[in-house]
Amino acid sequence: MERISRQDWIAIIVLALLAVLPPLFLSMGQSFWMDLATRLVILAIAASSLNLVLGYGGLVSFGHAAFVGLGAYAVGIPAHHWLYGGMDPIATTNGFVQIGLAVGVCALFALVTGLICLRTRGVYFIMITMAFAQMVYYGIVSIEEYGGDDGLVIDSRSEFPGISLDDPLQLYLLAWASLVVVVVLVRMIVNSRFGMVLKGGKGNEQRMATLGFNIYAYRLVAYVISGAICGYAGALLGNFTTFISPEMMDWGRSGELMFMVILGGAATLAGPILGATVFIVLEEALSSWTVYWHLPFGLFLILVVLYVRGGLTGLLSGKKED
Amino acid sequence: MGDILRAEGLNKSFGGIKATDDLHLAVATNELHAIIGPNGAGKTTLIGQLSGLQYPDTGTIYYKDRDITRLPAHRRAPLGIARSFQITSLVMEMSVIDNIALALQAKSGHSFRFFRPARSEKALRDGAMALLERVGLGAKAHMPTVALSHGEHRNMEIAIALGAQAELMLLDEPMAGLGAEESLQMVELLQSIKGQHSILLIEHDMDAVFALADRISVLVYGHIIATGTPDEIRSNEAVQHAYLGEE
Amino acid sequence: MDVSLLIIQTLNGLQLGLLLFLVASGLTLVFGILDFVNLAHAALYMVGAFICATLTYALGNFIYAVIVSLPITAAVGFVVERFVARPLYARGHLDQVLATFGLILVFETLAHMIWGPAGIAVPLPPALDGQTLLPGAIEIPTFRLVIIGAGLAAAGGLFWLVNYTRLGMLIRAGASNRTMVGALGINIQLLFSLVFALGAALAGLAGMLIAPITEASIGMGNSIIITAFVVIIVGGIGSMKGAFIAALLIGLIDTLGRSFLDDLFGLFMSSDAAENAAPAVSAMLIYIIMAGVLAFRPQGLFPPKVR
Repeated sequence: MERISRQDWIAIIVLALLAVLPPLFLSMGQSFWMDLATRLVILAIAASSLNLVLGYGGLVSFGHAAFVGLGAYAVGIPAHHWLYGGMDPIATTNGFVQIGLAVGVCALFALVTGLICLRTRGVYFIMITMAFAQMVYYGIVSIEEYGGDDGLVIDSRSEFPGISLDDPLQLYLLAWASLVVVVVLVRMIVNSRFGMVLKGGKGNEQRMATLGFNIYAYRLVAYVISGAICGYAGALLGNFTTFISPEMMDWGRSGELMFMVILGGAATLAGPILGATVFIVLEEALSSWTVYWHLPFGLFLILVVLYVRGGLTGLLSGKKED
Repeated sequence: MGDILRAEGLNKSFGGIKATDDLHLAVATNELHAIIGPNGAGKTTLIGQLSGLQYPDTGTIYYKDRDITRLPAHRRAPLGIARSFQITSLVMEMSVIDNIALALQAKSGHSFRFFRPARSEKALRDGAMALLERVGLGAKAHMPTVALSHGEHRNMEIAIALGAQAELMLLDEPMAGLGAEESLQMVELLQSIKGQHSILLIEHDMDAVFALADRISVLVYGHIIATGTPDEIRSNEAVQHAYLGEE
Repeated sequence: MDVSLLIIQTLNGLQLGLLLFLVASGLTLVFGILDFVNLAHAALYMVGAFICATLTYALGNFIYAVIVSLPITAAVGFVVERFVARPLYARGHLDQVLATFGLILVFETLAHMIWGPAGIAVPLPPALDGQTLLPGAIEIPTFRLVIIGAGLAAAGGLFWLVNYTRLGMLIRAGASNRTMVGALGINIQLLFSLVFALGAALAGLAGMLIAPITEASIGMGNSIIITAFVVIIVGGIGSMKGAFIAALLIGLIDTLGRSFLDDLFGLFMSSDAAENAAPAVSAMLIYIIMAGVLAFRPQGLFPPKVR
């Protein structure tokens, strides 16, 4: 067994708190906090998926909200057809089919766009991932059957044998368990041979090429894995909100995911979870205080970027490790 | 055939400037072949083309009689070509041993393995450690690369080239920026691996070049004006005129 | 296909293309010279529109308002450069993107506080408000022709500035070699500030010109900035010529695609299928074009020579 680092401990503690606190709030009748925690955990999954490419791979994807949106629509569209007819092959409320669709569609989208995006570098990559996400946004907006701009109400959540997502506690526990699995998965990947190459490519692409690694292929695979996980988060989010709209894919949402990763600490395990937590709590606190909450929030964002290197995990663990 | 690498008629221009001009070069198997030339002679551009990070506009590069002119860098490495960089090119964020282990990893099986921790692979760890001992960095294996000195980074570059089990090493100014004592250590290190690998050495340090090289080629304005043993080069008039005389 | 509709839509596409150029030229200028990714360019577009709207009511005339708004928007850009952009020059693009994303939130909220949540309509003077009759009995809103004219004038002015003035020479030199310009004893900080302010004024001008058509509103910049990104990606980031050509291309393709794609599809599929497919495809058309260009030229159509 390898050693458990300080960073791992931070992740373990945060995950444990998330396992205990929200159900406790629920038992005290505070369902508001439960809702907040559910959203937080789901966004932490999405942020963790982004962290895999952004933090460990150095690929600044500004389009991850598209995966969230596609994942959510992969739940909403089959449910819509199940209730209102049409498109028989995908009309279902079967959770396994919907999740499979979410993961599959997102992996495919990541593969196709990744083939093009990853040929580019630096600021081109940022802008192109952003533009492809916007393409999906406009694509969904233009389809009237699924509500276009107005969005789509999911009248029936995904169905799994033995659990009911209509129960907030069960939905929360599913999301929490998923987060644990994703964190463990990301940890395995970044410490594997594959992960070493991915991290090496972030640090020095030329060196990796002259060692014989086709870094493009590794990045593409990482991008597909990331997109698939993010799509899964989207499917959970659709089940949670039961209302989905193209607004979920707006580039502002992508920017927020990036901010969560940077705020918590890029290329750290606990970073995306901490980042999502602070983000959601701050958003909630500020927006209940003033309608102009974007002003202090924006200033906070600028200050974090300018002055907090290494994010919250960096502050907590005292040093940054790979 | 004694030549491991041959370049024939290479040309490369940037805008209007010819960086490589009808260049012919042959590196014999297991020789240490040095390339010298004044600043701006096109040495780094040449090594870029040989390692596959750049492509020539015209001309052909043969490695073991195989045409590799248009082969990308990541596909040359498995054939046995390794290069070091003039500006130290390591993964600074990683530990020293991780950098070396990556070179070994590139040589042993594929790396699309997602679950087993790479740091638990004994072959990679032990092999990397042995290489670090060999270049005198064993004690610093677990330090972050960024914390090492410039001279130590140069030694890491050599360890990586060794780790890549290269038959042909392209070394781009390994002495650049080294102090007198560090340079001597580097010469010693190169002396110790000489004869076991084919080495193309690009270097400014004339003492080192004349001490190490089996043969020397002189590059001026992208063109090789002379090739020969150190003694021949020393006494070559064209070289003296074009290069040594200017010093 | 209706020929007069084609002409009108071509002019509309030209108008969109020129507006895109105004936004994209500032982005590409700032990126090419300062190596700075400025998402808040979208906010400057919005700020230009709002200031112009207020001044139109204060001064009673849209034209005067534009003339006064331009230096104000440039000044806003100047301040942004000094306090937000400058500390970020040495940082990676990721930090720049995030910080300027935060800046958008700040600007939008400030606009919300100052001008309220609703948009502000901008009235045009009567001379610009009517229709103009073009040859062939085609009627087109006069103001659209004004936008085209103003856009072409701005493009020409920019071309002259970059190619024939001392400032332009420094800009071109600075884009390819920053240290050299610094070594010549030029105040590089001031040059950067001026470039940033110029970019802000160009984005602001685009916002002012569109305001009478769409009204000034919060978030108005957020969709045009993405399209402007597509423009500079296709054109080659840092290239003014690329931005101009790509802007017109994207403007025309987007506008014509939206009006004629269903006709085009109707040629080889049933009209029902065409009607269903056309809106989705035309909405995504420019991104598909972008992907196509990048698949063959990852650096865009006109990558700048040396960086």
